Formats: sequence, C-alpha cells, structure tokens
Amino acid sequence: MQAFTEVRGRIAPLDRANVDTDAIIPKQFLKSIKRTGFEEGLFFDWRLKADGRRDPDFTLNKPRFQGAKLLVARNNFGCGSSREHAVWAVIQGGFTVVIAPWRQEGDATVPAFADIFKNNSSKNGLLTIELSEPDVESIFQAIENHDGLEAAVDLESQTLTVLTPEEMSFTFDIDPAIKKNMLSGLDDIGLTLAHESSISTFEAEHNAQVTWT
Amino acid sequence: MAKTLFEKVWESHVAADLGEDVTLLYIDRHLIHEVTSPQAFEGLRLTGRTVRRPELTFATMDHNVPTDDRFNIKDPVSKAQIAALQRNCDEFGVTLYNLDSEHQGIVHVIGPDLGITLPGMTIVCGDSHTSTHGAFGTLAFGIGTSEVEHVMATQTLRQTKPKTFKVSFDGTLGPGVTAKDMILKLIGEIGTAGGTGHVLEYTGDAIAKLSMEERMTICNMSIEAGARAGMIAPDETTFDYITRESRPFAPKGAALEAAIADWKQLPADPGAVYDRSISINIDELEPQITWGTSPGMVTNVSGLVPNPGDVPGYNASDVEMALDYMGLTPGTPMTDIKVDTVFIGSCTNGRLDDLRRAANVLKNHKVAAGVRLMVVPGSEDVRRQAEAEGLDDVFKAAGGEWRFAGCSMCLAMNPDQLAPEERAASTSNRNFEGRQGKGGRTHLVGPEMAAAAAVAGHFVDIRTWA
Repeated sequence: MQAFTEVRGRIAPLDRANVDTDAIIPKQFLKSIKRTGFEEGLFFDWRLKADGRRDPDFTLNKPRFQGAKLLVARNNFGCGSSREHAVWAVIQGGFTVVIAPWRQEGDATVPAFADIFKNNSSKNGLLTIELSEPDVESIFQAIENHDGLEAAVDLESQTLTVLTPEEMSFTFDIDPAIKKNMLSGLDDIGLTLAHESSISTFEAEHNAQVTWT
Repeated sequence: MAKTLFEKVWESHVAADLGEDVTLLYIDRHLIHEVTSPQAFEGLRLTGRTVRRPELTFATMDHNVPTDDRFNIKDPVSKAQIAALQRNCDEFGVTLYNLDSEHQGIVHVIGPDLGITLPGMTIVCGDSHTSTHGAFGTLAFGIGTSEVEHVMATQTLRQTKPKTFKVSFDGTLGPGVTAKDMILKLIGEIGTAGGTGHVLEYTGDAIAKLSMEERMTICNMSIEAGARAGMIAPDETTFDYITRESRPFAPKGAALEAAIADWKQLPADPGAVYDRSISINIDELEPQITWGTSPGMVTNVSGLVPNPGDVPGYNASDVEMALDYMGLTPGTPMTDIKVDTVFIGSCTNGRLDDLRRAANVLKNHKVAAGVRLMVVPGSEDVRRQAEAEGLDDVFKAAGGEWRFAGCSMCLAMNPDQLAPEERAASTSNRNFEGRQGKGGRTHLVGPEMAAAAAVAGHFVDIRTWA
C-alpha cells in the first residue's frame, strides 16, 4: 500500500444513501484474477445506459466532476458484499477520499461506512471520512454552488478543507491504528509476522485446550 | 464478570494485543472461493509467503459455476478464474471441493454440512455471508481479499473489537411465516446500517425453537442489517445437527463428548451486558416482501407499496429512485405484484429444509403461464439428498428447472441472470439494483412465498394458501 500523503483535488457528489458494492462494481467485473483494471467497472450500471452508451445525466459523468479525487455520498456507503474490488475500482477510478455522514437514530449512531468496505479501504490507502449529516449537507451545497470546487485533506491533522472562497474546514475522527497504517503505508502482513512467536505460542495453547478438532 | 457469547469466543481467540485497540485474532477455519482469493494467492507468491495452516483452509467453487452444463464454462474469464483456484489450491496444498467433487457447493452451505463449521470457532471467508456460520455459536464474518491474504499468511486477523447487540425474538411463528420473515422484519426495524460496528446475538424463545437451517437463514442476513457477524448460542438443536448425520470434519465419540461439554459453556452468562438491544415479538408477524432496492425496504404481505415520504430510515428521494427502478406505484397491494421469474436457492435459503418447504407448496401445482421457476440446491450433497426424497420430481412436475449447485441467480455471476425489467421473487439476500442482472427487479421472500408466487404468477399470502 502507498503511504497516504496530503490530497488536494476536485470533489464530486453522489447524492445517494446505501451505495452498495454491487452498484460500485457489478459482478461481471469480479471475474478478473488481477488487481488492476477495475476503473472500467466503477458505477458501471449508473455510468452507462442499458444500450451501453454513457448516461450524460449521471453526476459523475458530468464534465465538471471529471478527474475528481474526493467523493462525497450519503450514509451507509459500501454496504453489501465484501468484494475488495469495490475499493480497487474507487481508487483506480481516481479517488483517494470518500466522505459520508453518520446518522443519529435515537441513542444509536449509525456509522457512515459499512464495516467491510471501511476495512478494505484502510488496507488500500482509500481514506474514508465520516462527518455529521449537516456537515455533509453543507459540502453538497458548496459543490452545487461552486463549479470545479476542490478540497484538501491533511490526514496528520485530521482535517478536511473544502476550498470555497471562505474555506470550510472540518476535523474528522479516525481509528488511530488505521491512521498510523495509512500514513506509513506499511504492509499489514509484514507487521503481523513480526509477532510470529505470539501466534505460535497462542496456537500451541489453543490446540492443547481445544482437543476435539 | 458475566460475558456474552461473542465475548467468550472473541476472548478465547486473542493471540496478541497489538495496542491502539487492535487485537490479533486467531482464525480457526478459513473458507475460500474463486472470486475473492486469486489476488490473495498472487500476493503470497509475490512475497514468497505460504499458507501457514493449509489444513485449516477449505476451498470450493460456487460464484461462477454454471448450474446447467457445469463442466462447460462458456465465459472464458469465469473459466480462467475457476482454473486459477484449482491451480492455487494445488500449489499451496489447500483442500478444494471442485466441480468434480461430490461435496462442491456454496461455501456457506458446505461448511456446516461437512462439519467444518463448529461452535466456538472463529471462521472467516472472503464473502460477506460468512455470517451464516454464526448459527452454530461461531464468530464468523466476511473479509476482503487483503485480509484473505493476511489469514493465509498468518492464520490471524488484525481486528478492532466490535460492539455487542442483543436481538431477542419472542413468541411463536404463525403458519407459513418463517425465519426469513424474522430477519427481514429485523432489517426493516433497525435498517441496513443498524448493526454496523456490532455483532448481533440472536436470542429468545423464538430462536430456541428454530432448526439449524432456519438459524442459518437468520445469521446469513445479519450483514444486510450492517452487522458483519450474527451469532446464536449452541444448544441441543445444534448438537443434534452436528451428530445426526455423517459430517466428516465433526468430532466423534469421546472427542464429541468433550466438544459438547465445551460448547455448553458458550451461551451468554446471565446478566451479560450488551451495548445495544432490541426485542421483537413474532406472534403477529406476517410474511415479509421487499419492495425496493435495499433489504430494509420491506413490508408485510398484506401491505402496500409505500409513498416515498412514508418510509422510516430512508430519504424520500432514495425511495423514489427505488420505486422508479422497481417499476412500482405507491399504494399498490404487494399481492398485486406479478413476477416473471422465481429463484429458489442461495446461501440464505438453498438448504434441504428450504427445498422441502418450497416443494410442499408446489406439490400438485403448476407454475403459472409465463413464469420461470429456477431451483438451485445449495450444494451437490443437498442436490442428491433432495433427489433421494423426490423433491426434484415435484419441481420438475410443476414446470420448474432443477439445477446443479452454486450461487446462481443470487448474484448472477454465472449465466443465471434477470433481463432488464424482469421481476423476480427470490429467496436470496439482496435486492440491490442490478444484483440479479442489470435492470432486474428483485423481491426478497422466503421459500414458501416464492413457491406460491410461482404458481399464482403474483405474490400471495402464504397463510391463505390452500
């Protein structure tokens, strides 16, 4: 994984809740045994009409959002299947950051991103930023009002700045382990293998306890 | 301190505490299939790593597999992916139930069937419906390909401890109402992100009365409520399932007795504390049908297609988009909705018990004119058992297609797909846009409701089925 550095680029909206991984990349693109080439499948069924032509009405097809590096969507982004291809497609489609809102439902906070998608993102250097619903709404409004709007992220300080003339700045929370891994870009497996003796010790005890397998 | 079922399984698998809330969790069983594993094997190859415990790793082919002419895979890309799994399993020494195997089938059907899935274990697979195995009191969850590679190389995962969520189902299911309706009801109540960050623990007298197959249906769709895992404490029903039939990987004799003694320690202690909880009484529960493009867009069989502004948990604009995609008008009775195709199968409802339920409804009936009925057993073992009972004759006599095992139209990676605007009653788990084929329209239901819709040509209330 590449270390996550500061990002600055165009920000594009996807005004939908529950964007599922089937929508992010449909099944026919999961047959590849490679790790590259998934940008072709990104939001395929939304980008293209039934006859295979580009749908000019789909937001991300609009000229003003071409080359965007940040994507802002609604709650429960990445729900559904565990396919990491969805994260690969988002990254290979040019995005480095996805922003979505958490929701407050009574006493419960409903996270912005589905668990597996968020996890997969952190393993690939795709930053998922969770903000409040009003904050995300204000970003959607800013995009609506400013052609070619850009935004910047500084992961070290956990800050997202939307570069309107008056600059809208948001700080976000991030799991400290995810932050550290993204900033370092280190290989998880390599890090874990450094604990090989702990694993072997545990395994020996576990095998002694669970005699029936 | 009193512990939950989840906490007991979690704590017995902590290989190391890595700090910053990260636990190195030991994995007892790793299940793999052709779609989410090739890049992981390639990663091992590129770094010169091996599969640490190949004997704890089990593979099958399910997602791409054609369910008719299964050895003649016409799609070259699918064929290459299937071939890659064979090659990878050969190279790394992993047990594979390939297309020639009598045990081939959907990964979440064969795990329990073969006794690979046992209580108290941790099980992962590069597939979100790994939550199915939680029905055995197993901590089982889906992972991405990077984590698949991590488990292969280390037999562990770096995890942050999820929160706990107790879901109590009490009461008695009415005739014709099923476990599928229970889980759809829960998803409708808490929403498709309601369980995110949590492990669901299903409990209550209504859960205790369910068969293992029904419990698997419920745990399977935990992910549709946002929860990576759902668990049910093992009990006599669980032990009976494990011992009743020949399950090659299940313990036997003295080992079995020792195992059952261990498994009896797993249920949550009295007074165990959960981060969240909900209670649902099912005495009045109706059969459920989804009407939209998210599993939480669900209503009673006696209900109507809702107005966009009237759906709790969904923005009106998202409901409008869903109704437009589904070709439905608010106010339409659910039982007026006609179906073109009926799909019975998948890791949610493709087990022998599910096929029996569907066959019971279809017996002495014919599928309505113009309706396609496709019945796909969850595994080759299930197929043979169903045929031994003559269930295949019931499906064929009704005018249905009886197929070989695989994921089939649940995700339509193989040729079993809906055409644009084709409407399906499906016993699977996701009604997302395009899930069963680009432009296809999916209504999720249980097996009885699906079978009845095939006969009537539209949804019917199974409770009034003659």
